[in-house]
Amino acid sequence: MRTALLVPLLFLATSAPARAGEPVDFAREVLPIFAAKCHRCHGPDKHEGGLQLHRGADALRGGDSGAVILPGKSAESVLRQYVSGEGDNLMPPDGEGDPLSAEQVAVITRWIDEGAAWPVAADVQTKSAAENHWAYQRPVRPELPAVSRPDWCRNEIDYFVLARLDAESLAPAPEADKARWIRRVSLDLTGLPPSRDEVAAFLVDASSTAHETVVDRLLASPAYGERWARPWLDLARYADTQGYEKDNRRSIWRYRDWVIEALNRDLPFDQFTIEQLAGDMLPNATLEQKIATGLHRNTMTNTEGGTDNEEFRYEAVVDRVNTTMTIWQGTTFMCCQCHTHKYDPFTQRDYWQTYAFLNSTADTDLDDDAPFIEAPPPDLAAKRATMIAEETLLEGLLNADTPAFDAAFVAWEAAQQAAIAAWQPLETVTATSEAGATLNVQEDRSLLASGDAADKDNYRVVAKLPPGRVSALRIEAISDATLPGNGPGRAEKGNFVLSGLRLEWINQEGATPRAVTLAAAVADPAHGDQPFSVEQLTDDDPNSGWAIGGEVGTGHEAIITFAEPITAGPGAQLVVKLEQQNGNKNVLGRFRISAADLPDPAAVSPLSTTAHGLLARPVAERSPEEQAQLRDYFRRFGPHFSAIRARLAELRRTLPPSPITLVMQELESSRATHVHVRGAYLTKGEEVQPAPPAILNPLPPDAPLNRLTFARWLVSPENPLTARVTVNRIWEQYFGQGLVATSEDFGTQGEPPSHPELLDWLATEFIARGWSLKQVHRLIATSATYRQEARVTPELAERDPRNRLLARGPRIRLEAETLRDQALAVSGLLSRKMYGPSVMPPQPEGVWQVVYSGDQWITSQGEDKYRRGIYTFWRRTSPYPSMITFDAPSREFCVDRRTRSNTPLQALTLLNDAVYIEAAQSLAKRMLSQADATPAQRVAFGFMACLAREPNEQESQSLVTLYESELSHFTKEPAAATAMCGGVVEGVDSAQLAAWTVVANVLLNLDEMVTK
Amino acid sequence: MDLKLEYLKATTRRQFLGGCGVGFGAAALTALLDQPAQAAESTNPLAPKASHFPARAKHVIYLHMAGSPSQLDLFDYKPKLVELNGQKCPDELLKNERFAFIKGVPTMLGTPHKFTKHGASGAEISNLLPHLSEVADDLCIVRSMVTDQFNHAPAQVFLNTGFARPGRPSMGSWLTYGLGSENQDLPGFAVLVSGGKTPDGGASLWGSGFLPSVYQGVQFRAQGEPVLYVSNPNGMDSATRRRSLDALKSLNQLQLETFGDPETLTRIEQYEMAYRMQTSVPELMRIDDEPAHIHALYGTKPGEMSLANNCLLARRLVERGVRFVHLYDWGWDHHGAGKGNDIVEALPEKCKETDKPIAALVRDLKQRGLLDSTLVVFSGEFGRTPMNEARNGSTFLGRDHHPHAFTLWMAGGGIRAGYTHGATDELGYRAVEDKVHVHDLQATILHLLGLDHTKLTHKFQGRQYRLTDVHGNVVEKLLG
Repeated sequence: MRTALLVPLLFLATSAPARAGEPVDFAREVLPIFAAKCHRCHGPDKHEGGLQLHRGADALRGGDSGAVILPGKSAESVLRQYVSGEGDNLMPPDGEGDPLSAEQVAVITRWIDEGAAWPVAADVQTKSAAENHWAYQRPVRPELPAVSRPDWCRNEIDYFVLARLDAESLAPAPEADKARWIRRVSLDLTGLPPSRDEVAAFLVDASSTAHETVVDRLLASPAYGERWARPWLDLARYADTQGYEKDNRRSIWRYRDWVIEALNRDLPFDQFTIEQLAGDMLPNATLEQKIATGLHRNTMTNTEGGTDNEEFRYEAVVDRVNTTMTIWQGTTFMCCQCHTHKYDPFTQRDYWQTYAFLNSTADTDLDDDAPFIEAPPPDLAAKRATMIAEETLLEGLLNADTPAFDAAFVAWEAAQQAAIAAWQPLETVTATSEAGATLNVQEDRSLLASGDAADKDNYRVVAKLPPGRVSALRIEAISDATLPGNGPGRAEKGNFVLSGLRLEWINQEGATPRAVTLAAAVADPAHGDQPFSVEQLTDDDPNSGWAIGGEVGTGHEAIITFAEPITAGPGAQLVVKLEQQNGNKNVLGRFRISAADLPDPAAVSPLSTTAHGLLARPVAERSPEEQAQLRDYFRRFGPHFSAIRARLAELRRTLPPSPITLVMQELESSRATHVHVRGAYLTKGEEVQPAPPAILNPLPPDAPLNRLTFARWLVSPENPLTARVTVNRIWEQYFGQGLVATSEDFGTQGEPPSHPELLDWLATEFIARGWSLKQVHRLIATSATYRQEARVTPELAERDPRNRLLARGPRIRLEAETLRDQALAVSGLLSRKMYGPSVMPPQPEGVWQVVYSGDQWITSQGEDKYRRGIYTFWRRTSPYPSMITFDAPSREFCVDRRTRSNTPLQALTLLNDAVYIEAAQSLAKRMLSQADATPAQRVAFGFMACLAREPNEQESQSLVTLYESELSHFTKEPAAATAMCGGVVEGVDSAQLAAWTVVANVLLNLDEMVTK
Repeated sequence: MDLKLEYLKATTRRQFLGGCGVGFGAAALTALLDQPAQAAESTNPLAPKASHFPARAKHVIYLHMAGSPSQLDLFDYKPKLVELNGQKCPDELLKNERFAFIKGVPTMLGTPHKFTKHGASGAEISNLLPHLSEVADDLCIVRSMVTDQFNHAPAQVFLNTGFARPGRPSMGSWLTYGLGSENQDLPGFAVLVSGGKTPDGGASLWGSGFLPSVYQGVQFRAQGEPVLYVSNPNGMDSATRRRSLDALKSLNQLQLETFGDPETLTRIEQYEMAYRMQTSVPELMRIDDEPAHIHALYGTKPGEMSLANNCLLARRLVERGVRFVHLYDWGWDHHGAGKGNDIVEALPEKCKETDKPIAALVRDLKQRGLLDSTLVVFSGEFGRTPMNEARNGSTFLGRDHHPHAFTLWMAGGGIRAGYTHGATDELGYRAVEDKVHVHDLQATILHLLGLDHTKLTHKFQGRQYRLTDVHGNVVEKLLG
């Protein structure tokens, strides 16, 4: 067609010389020159350097390096420079045709100088082959084809598949037996094998809808979301770390949970898309919609010294463009970062215009991965809200000035003054230090330590008790100029910790000492936010006790009340043991012990030095500020509000923190975007505005040019690619390859679809069913195509080794996570706990040894050891070893489909990894616990658990023989037997269990087990 | 002959060549289907494959000194820099430059170490490397290396994968993908780490990216299991393992007969290879069976995670036909930020640990006739600045990261021995003569192994990828 067009134009070119005096006629004089000399490389089919010279708008816009035609300025126009041989290059280049004649150059020169008019009517309307490529045309819903066996077809899918088989004169394979089908469909829909009960229920269900019942049950299972989140997280390159060097952790697991949860509630795919790309920009965006935007915060962050944050921000946005266009458009758009696409109708300008949509988010490659938000899961949010409401209420009560408060304050003041008068400093009889310090009695009856201060010490003070009742003790820690930092402690800065206090008293000399039980202890406010309690003095923990929160250089006090008051006779003595085992010389330097009989010890507060000073003066002598200060002291430390304060402290201590998650946030004013010449970060070309690739569906008129509009554009029913690419990727998971085998490339270099009508039918059906993913799954899983058995006949192996024609069912190795989940499930170890921070199941020692990072793999405890693989902590530079061995990606980049390799390291992993050994031990216990069973019956049990079917005679015999040989071996080697079982198991014969463990290990390694 | 089995083997081989049945263009697949004779060779993706043209080297041992040793104190002597020691760095060197740590105007830092010319070639090498100096005539020293990256992780990833962001296949993966390996009882691509840490780029440095995981580098470890999961579980001896594998095989063969899936056949073979690895790996790691004079040569002590032990293991690996051995030694980041990482004391200490084993490796390969077929490469990921870093006013001398000039050496494997290639300017700031870019190095290494770097490609997400991205030229002058 193109040739036909060119011949007359060429004819015109030679027969219509320019006439002087009249303006150049573009269509008659210029375009024929372009057609003859330029279109081979810059025309409908090719656009070298991004330049096309067959449509006016494109030609005047120019190529990857800018405009080549400057109307009115022929001398400065690159086009004229090149065709005249005066520029840096000559066009056409050597080997691509003769140079233009002087007349032709003159025509072009005049045309440019006259304003380079290019009437739209003169545009060459030919579309390039790439523009006509099937994938860029909107899918049209095809009619169902006529087939040879309509009775075979269970839904529309089957008509398209059978029509193709009919054309190839092939017949579909027989139905897979029910056991194999339920295992296949359970693994496909939920990533877990069917339980024995599920298999049994299906086998007895003779109804015509038995298969549909299973599919509906599986689609409703929460495991569905966990299984189908897996491929999505590969696309999203979700990981728990930042990616470079130190590869620090980041908190973005709420995004992972969002994907699982969104899939489970079958969030329509268009909404699923919009929320992930621009959930933050939706009106009244919910927390969940913001969490969804974590998709593109999964890009890597470089925290290494001296990096240019802007460079890595640029890299992150490039990655977002490439990832978006892979996920939704199945294109190799990344090529256009550097140059106009060589094969597909995308220009470099298209690339940077698309980039402009994503270029205005607030993240800038900061070390802390900002921006992030608090994102409590719903149950945690509810719990936090309740606690925060209570806290607010209590704070209100605490701060209220009420008449009751005034009365309490007056009473307290009186009690304090009475107590101050009541305290009697004790007269020391002896004072000794276990570590050898000297304790000297001072004038005020306090004791001052001197000599070498030990790291830890216990003081023993024997003092005279004043006769009469004693119900409480006061210990004052006193500042002193001889102490470091003026004391009161002897630590470097004057600190101390009283870690224990033991009291005994003697009523008279020679009597047996009696222990004094302590009832309560209170300390002055310096102790800190955590309330001080008597337990801290009576427990054996050297790190709990009375401390002063670093408020050195001033005095402090603590009051300890007795459970039973003492009534001291003449000559009675008190033995006070002051334990100071915290270390670092945190021992008392100067202190004084006083005793009193307090009528109501609970009404008395330990006082700060300031409070002492204020109380010492009558009310009239206090300034209003001082009075307020004292009232505040009472409020915060007095007994009146102690219950409220204790509850407040508890609330604050136990308020569970909200996890954070990384999100997208749009800047208020957008960043300017430029074309980057040859894709280089530092080489900026002309500025561009946001726009989708020109060849694809246009934006709605008047839509704001932002990320939200871009997201909506992707899921517009007008978009020719999104629905096709999405259903194809789902298909790929079932059959091992998509209808388009190159699921990441629907362009002209990709493979054409094996069943184009089926692809278009599925794509249109997907949209017609409201973008419901579950309905697409249901169609595939209930089809006759999917129900076929997987046996490969020699004829088929010859004709269709890759099963492109779908004349048989799929048979594919399971993926890394599924292998793990399956082993844990069949052995009864699997935890079905969903959601939450990533977990660390056992991995070999020494896998994490990352430079400039002390981060450790701390093996999770309890059921977290046995969670599904999707919850395993994903460190990009040290991925979980058994996962990468089975082709899981390290998640630096978007991965559209994993390879499926078959290697000796995979064999070693399944044979020897501690996870699989534990699974074998556990499975063996289940086999052995079948009451009164023969070895063959135990083998059958294991087979059922693993494969949902009974073994045949040969299979059973092989495993029974193995069991018997190992039983005989382990009977002779009891130590080995115990080791094989992972230790002695109560009530179980180790040799038997060891032998069954070996059998279970074989079961978990069967080809059928690792294949669906 | 079982024709069915032969057929299945052929099918499987095609699938492996095509990235296990995916990612292989239809045209290429058709081309392969037309080569039944070749296709019947093996089901093993690591089976030796023909190179594009005759190879000069069969194996590579890459000694990566992670952190990057200072070329100015080891290989690139600059009298002018010594003369200007302590003077302010000229403005024109700082204009439009970014450094990882240097701020403001730094001072020039001449080397405090002495250099001597060695051998018939007169190669000029620092006195910090006396043993290496003795094999100077076996070395090809490239003083004009340049890279694009000046942070460790991206520079290491770039050197290994041709691209500065992690996730693409590493050089060792490309080579085993292109050539397979000569020993089927060991992985084709082995990784050995010393210095107490994995290098900055982490496991991405030996990842297979989008190539099948069989081409991943396999880390051989000095402590714990030598290769992950190679040891049988506690209580299981080799005889039990054998009996269990026999039972497994018999059941898998039944599967094969029922379903006719060629992957099943491959799996049976992979389990047999795994079993052989269980013997060959511990045997490989048992360096205490080496004679005393070899231990004396390398300075090895069995059981240590040291560069010396790893050099000896590298020799044992290539001796057994392993294609690519990548050693990483961490601890070469001599910034002078503190006592432990200056160039006056810390660098000589590090050289002391290193000099003897790397020289021993060259000698030992040579005396066994392995040097001709083994390419040894020694490099960091970038160079160091001719300026003193003086981070936060540190008084210790050290150098910052520097992409514009660094030195590496190669030996054996078809390289031009006794030759010093390229030169830097008189301050050692920039490579100015015969510049060799990282992509050129990669192209040259592939060339020595008989591979055309523009033809060793793999299609991923619709694009043909290669180690050298879209760059790189073979440096003819380096070829012997």
